[in-house]
Amino acid sequence: MSQLDDLKTAIKSRLGELECVIGWEQGYDPLHATPLFIRSEADLDRLIIGPLAVHNLATYLTGYKGKKVGVVVKGCDSKSVVQLLNEKLINRDDVVIFGLCCDGVVSQRKIRAALPADPGFVESVEIGGDGMTVTVAGQAATLKFADVQADKCRICTTPDAIVSDVLVGTAHTPAPAASLACQDEFEAKSDAEKLEFWQETMSRCIRCYACRNACPMCVCRDYCIATSRDPLWLSQDNTPAENMMFQMVHVSHLAGRCTECGECERACPVDIPLMLLRRFMNKQVKDVFEHQAGAALEQTPPLLTFKVEEERINERGW
Amino acid sequence: MPAQDVRELRIVGFLCNWCSYGGADTAGVGRFTQPTDLRIIRVPCSGRIDPLFIVRSLMNGADGVLVSGCHPRDCHYAEGNFYARRRLEMLKRFLPITGIDARRFEYTWVSASEGQRWQHVVTEFTRRIHELGPAPSFNPASEADWNALAVQASQGQGCPCHG
Repeated sequence: MSQLDDLKTAIKSRLGELECVIGWEQGYDPLHATPLFIRSEADLDRLIIGPLAVHNLATYLTGYKGKKVGVVVKGCDSKSVVQLLNEKLINRDDVVIFGLCCDGVVSQRKIRAALPADPGFVESVEIGGDGMTVTVAGQAATLKFADVQADKCRICTTPDAIVSDVLVGTAHTPAPAASLACQDEFEAKSDAEKLEFWQETMSRCIRCYACRNACPMCVCRDYCIATSRDPLWLSQDNTPAENMMFQMVHVSHLAGRCTECGECERACPVDIPLMLLRRFMNKQVKDVFEHQAGAALEQTPPLLTFKVEEERINERGW
Repeated sequence: MPAQDVRELRIVGFLCNWCSYGGADTAGVGRFTQPTDLRIIRVPCSGRIDPLFIVRSLMNGADGVLVSGCHPRDCHYAEGNFYARRRLEMLKRFLPITGIDARRFEYTWVSASEGQRWQHVVTEFTRRIHELGPAPSFNPASEADWNALAVQASQGQGCPCHG
């Protein structure tokens, strides 16, 4: 039986006790998936998994707090679930986790760039072997997974769900930790170059807050300080400084909590490389506190605790 | 840096009420000469300081931000500065990726009796900020913007923005 059939069987057996099970289905065209809320066995037929199932469904869990739901997670998504559990934002008894052994997902942005013309509406997608064939306006284009894979999958160390009630698929041997060339390249730039980059990039931002809404760790919802008038942290000015300020708010509220699922960057309609900031902050957290958000259960986020003598914080002499 | 010889820069200081603010007061009572670039904001505890206060100051045009609290283990509220130390250290390490020079932000500990140390911290930090010069703005006005502004200003009440 395929991984999908195993998953369907597993969901079918638990569906009765759950409010719903969150998975993926085909969206407006065969290339795009969209979240699916399975409430009956009829909905189960629409379920899909695979490289197009990009969304991190853990984002929805806090909205269902108090109700019993199921969720389908990839390895990276399971880290977000772990982090939510560690912060007691969800109850372990209230979620049934269907874990996948994931072979990586695609980046829609890279597919768009690799196709000869703007795809608009895709007629068909055939997935097989190490690539996929995308048909747009009668023309077929063959893309290799290696070329269109999401950045996070290139450096993924947890392809299999790290916490689950049911794990389907064949387990992988986790790859060793690596860093992304684009990240290293950006970090090596001078302050002036980085400032210029962010000024230019942030002038594109339309402050739609898609990055915040897609983030599984952003749980304040209506109480987010970005949209509060008292205190007024951000003005309505759509200037690079205000847009950057919002990202600083996002990054500092995620310090030691971000699981690098990449949802913010994926959701961004104007292609701002937000993960540059997140990955850098996570690297600092790892350096100082030896902490990786979502890596294990029963961890306390480093900024919610302290040590009287910090080994890695150098008190600067004055 | 006394105001007379060079242009004063904008340095914002967040000082805890119990130690560093007292330390600055001690320095004043002791009549220690200090640079005048620092604007002090008194907060109840260094644990009250959200790292975003510092980011907001830097984004709004501060040339430097100095944070000072009680020495670790001396916090009036027992553990405020332990949390502050972790938060401020993360901010300090995060700043380089944003293109803001991390040397524009510093945090340290000064107790209420350390007037001399306060004088030293302020002098050193102000010297550092003067070496770095005014901070580049995140919203740079172009040459054309400034020229348009200059033209409007020269027209006084007759400029288009006054109808």
